[in-house]
Amino acid sequence: MTQAVTVTPEVRSGGADKRGVTKGEHLLEVRDLKKYFPIKGGVFSRTVANVKAVEDVSLNIKPGEVVGLVGESGSGKTTAGRAILRLIEPTSGEIIFNGVDIAKVSKSQMREYRKEMQIIFQDPFASLNPRMTVGDIIGEALDIHRLARGKAREERVVQLLERTGLSAQHMRRYPHEFSGGQRQRIGIARALAVDPQFIVADEPVSALDVSIQAQVVNLLQDLKEELGLTLLFIAHDLGVVEYISDRVVVMYLGRIMEVAPARELYRNPVHPYTEALLSAVPIPDPTVRRERVILQGDIPSPINPPSGCVFRTRCPIAAKECAEVVPPLEEVSPGHFKACIRRPGPN
Amino acid sequence: MASEAVRSPSRFRPENRVLRAFFQNPLALLGALLIVALVVVAVTAPWVAPHDPLELDLLAPYLPPGSEGHLLGTDNFGRDILSRLIYGSRISLFIGVIVVGIASVVGALLGLVAGYLGGWVDTLIMRAVEIFYAFPFLILVIAVIALFGPSIFNVMWVLGVVSWPVYARLVRAQVLTLRETEYVEAARASGGGAGRIMLRHILPNALTPLLVTATFGIPEAILASAALGFLGLGVQPPTPEWGVMVSEGKDFIRIAPTLIMWPGLAIMLVVVSFNFVGDGLRDALDPRQVER
Repeated sequence: MTQAVTVTPEVRSGGADKRGVTKGEHLLEVRDLKKYFPIKGGVFSRTVANVKAVEDVSLNIKPGEVVGLVGESGSGKTTAGRAILRLIEPTSGEIIFNGVDIAKVSKSQMREYRKEMQIIFQDPFASLNPRMTVGDIIGEALDIHRLARGKAREERVVQLLERTGLSAQHMRRYPHEFSGGQRQRIGIARALAVDPQFIVADEPVSALDVSIQAQVVNLLQDLKEELGLTLLFIAHDLGVVEYISDRVVVMYLGRIMEVAPARELYRNPVHPYTEALLSAVPIPDPTVRRERVILQGDIPSPINPPSGCVFRTRCPIAAKECAEVVPPLEEVSPGHFKACIRRPGPN
Repeated sequence: MASEAVRSPSRFRPENRVLRAFFQNPLALLGALLIVALVVVAVTAPWVAPHDPLELDLLAPYLPPGSEGHLLGTDNFGRDILSRLIYGSRISLFIGVIVVGIASVVGALLGLVAGYLGGWVDTLIMRAVEIFYAFPFLILVIAVIALFGPSIFNVMWVLGVVSWPVYARLVRAQVLTLRETEYVEAARASGGGAGRIMLRHILPNALTPLLVTATFGIPEAILASAALGFLGLGVQPPTPEWGVMVSEGKDFIRIAPTLIMWPGLAIMLVVVSFNFVGDGLRDALDPRQVER
């Protein structure tokens, strides 16, 4: 059962990629991505069950596009991001990057693609090696891929530091000498070192103070414009995602619930799960009253997910038939897809 | 652009905080001073020792402590005990450092590989560790020494080889947590191979507990070599090794009990000093330690 998001290739005006990827083509196509974590048990360590972290996820990303990936904890969004970069091995599915299925290439071939895809981590404290200088942290990928050496390497590191709002003198310092926001900038500089085409930003601002979040998001926004980056921006905060994303993918329990252009999703959510997520976003105006959709209970276990629609156990409009079929992703308006049989389909 | 204040550059790496905590511990400080003194004595032995440690004076055996020219007296052959102790410190320290050096390097590398690669490599290495643990340590050493013959060189490598499992286990446990860190993942995302990740990202961060264990390992090695010396399986007489000195002195315990007292005291002091330092290091490196 595929839930392919068949986005009609729309021609983006002036979206010529710096590397000459034909415009309109997808930079990344993910098809039916699955990631199961086996649970071993018994005397012979047999697999007794699987944690189905990511189930049949398909999505396309065009060059220069920022796709937001949202969902609550345990929805599989981080696992999906890691699996796309093959930082964890996907159980099955295709990850077509620039026309090559990188899910199939060998580990040593994969190293070549690591120059093109990078990741920014959530925790700016855990993601920097405390025993390496900032210069070595940022320059490591340059060493690995032999991109620059000696003076050239130093220049590149300084350039990256300055581009991310730090300065050359920070190069010889250690991570603990920096604040959370500065560390996140170091993490971004590290990701940019190889001049990648695609970056997975895994909740890059969730661990930062609210006052710093905007700065880091703005930095990412600037970098994206300037370098023509393509981003998969993972977050649980819809507010941040709305600001930076062109399109938003909503995940729940390993599956995609809804995909839509960012504005459309916020103005006109179709899936009841998206509605619930949106109603949880605080509105900075105490006079505004709105009906809140409050979800009951917790996200079910991904070891034994509900049959049919995985959201039905917490869905306010669930019906009997929801237990029977896995709702396919259907297009409700151009570029807007939903996986819910209780909401009107394409008209 | 960066409106968040650039923090005032702190000149202190975490190590400095650790050092301060360490030197605020009086026992650790005492231990460190004793060890420094011992190292100085060992290095300068030919100049500080009043006599040649092997020089016999058969006319003046069993001199009591405080005799003229022999501060700690003489042994059954009239050799100066102080000089023998001073030269003995060289051997004991040397053995301690070399044994721990061999054991920690071998153990750390095997633990690193086992923990990072996992799978059958891990199984193989860790089963070997368990086998080594299951053997009574001294029996194994005695068996090997009996096979290869007693010599200071054999003592060192045998003790080194039998004590690596402690370090392997320790490092492996560290690696298991460190390999899941985001900075290791970042290195993999940048295309870093297993070797680079193990040596540049994991090992440097696993070294602190290793340092503590190594500090406790040195006195253990010194004790073990003294025990072997006492049993006649280690360093051979007339080399002035502390264990050998106790062994030789035991035959004269009735006429001159000080013959075994002095080397015994020396062994005790060294062992206690290293243990104080080890305890101090462990406490100072404990992240839960609150700075006063």
